[in-house]
Amino acid sequence: MSALAGGFTDAPVEAARAFRGIMEAMARPGRIEMVAGAVPPAPLSPAAGAVLLTLCDPETPLHLAGETDCSPVRDWVTFHCGAPLVAAEAAAFALGDWAALQPVSRFAIGTPDYPDRSATLIVEMPELLAEGAVLRGPGIADTAALNLPEIEAFQANRRLFPLGFDVLFTSGNRVAALPRSTEVG
Amino acid sequence: MTDYNFAYLDEQTKRMIRRAILKALAVPGYQVPFASREMPMPYGWGTGGVQVSAAVLTPEDRMKVIDQGADDTTNAVSIRQFFEKTAGVATTTQTAEASVIQTRHRIPETPLTEGQILVYQVPIPEPLRFLEPRETETRKMHALEEYGLMHVRLYEDIARHGHIATSYAYPVRIEGRYVMDPSPIPKFDNPKMEMAAIQLFGAGREQRIYALPPHTKVVSLDFDDHPFEASKPDVPCALCGAVDAYLDEVITDDAGGRMFVCSDTDHCERRRAAGHRGPVAEEDAA
Repeated sequence: MSALAGGFTDAPVEAARAFRGIMEAMARPGRIEMVAGAVPPAPLSPAAGAVLLTLCDPETPLHLAGETDCSPVRDWVTFHCGAPLVAAEAAAFALGDWAALQPVSRFAIGTPDYPDRSATLIVEMPELLAEGAVLRGPGIADTAALNLPEIEAFQANRRLFPLGFDVLFTSGNRVAALPRSTEVG
Repeated sequence: MTDYNFAYLDEQTKRMIRRAILKALAVPGYQVPFASREMPMPYGWGTGGVQVSAAVLTPEDRMKVIDQGADDTTNAVSIRQFFEKTAGVATTTQTAEASVIQTRHRIPETPLTEGQILVYQVPIPEPLRFLEPRETETRKMHALEEYGLMHVRLYEDIARHGHIATSYAYPVRIEGRYVMDPSPIPKFDNPKMEMAAIQLFGAGREQRIYALPPHTKVVSLDFDDHPFEASKPDVPCALCGAVDAYLDEVITDDAGGRMFVCSDTDHCERRRAAGHRGPVAEEDAA
């Protein structure tokens, strides 16, 4: 597939719809939302592609981890987003499966003055299920559940609050989120 | 419609605002800096709220805009028309029908539900600004959770007036961490901020976005012996008789005549349509 294909066909409208899904996911940790419209090259999921098209541009240094750091993905990202590809420490966004992103302590967690200057991880998952780790915190009325790849790293991240990284999980055309504010039990 | 990009702003600007919104949701109550754009309306007319709305709107949305609770004031009408023209979205004045509600200084009386988004227009996002004018210092105070000055301000109210006289823009603490300015909503609305909808705050001139995810814990600052009270005029609405809605004082003549009516026009209209009558409406009928 050519790197020129697979972007949004109607960018303003499709990005708006994709962002609504991503925002609902970030506002309600554990909630699984649909995001569509992107056809990125393998091994990226359509959801990860839509997240990149919606959020990344020349202003957002991107780290490609593991299998995602291949020439079809690099070419596709460069053409459609124009995001500079960087090392983990300098990244505003990082993409890969959970194993490839280790150690996650490399990523920016913001500063006490500017906690927003932290990385957002886009974690590719085999599947997303509303079961497993129990989630509590802002955005959750009582409790929620999500099949997190592990628990300890997210508990450690929560202890850094208001610092910490934020995570978008993608699988197929589905996205879920785990902001730093969520308590994982 | 085709003369504009969808929702007026260019795509790179929307991506920048969208990234700020996500960080704001991840750190509830923290003010995320963003590169606010000039909008085709003056500062003070809701440029922050308009930019946030433009970044979250989809073509499927139905939008409502209120100014001090009213759907029919200049600010509300012009912003509603702005998005009808630039985003082609449907609009409504009914709270329950709207998916995105942009507001200046009120939270609707009808409880908001999941799936709705409330966008606030914020003039001064920094709750500590009138206590400490330097941005470098207020930023440090937030970083260190140094909020004693805010309690001193409320205490000075008590020392001077016998009670906490702050009646709008009443400071709140979010999830026990950040002190936040709820924008100049009356303190009557503060308890409503723990809601099922997403709340986004946009300050255009001051270039800040902050947010509250649904069900976020919002506590109005107070003292054990002077607990927070969500006050309002102690009379029913003159038109619909509501006793639990926030009221505006309307001067009716130059001889001291006045009446109190619901500030939420949609709430008042629906109550009157359902047959509720207040004191003035009953006199008119008689």
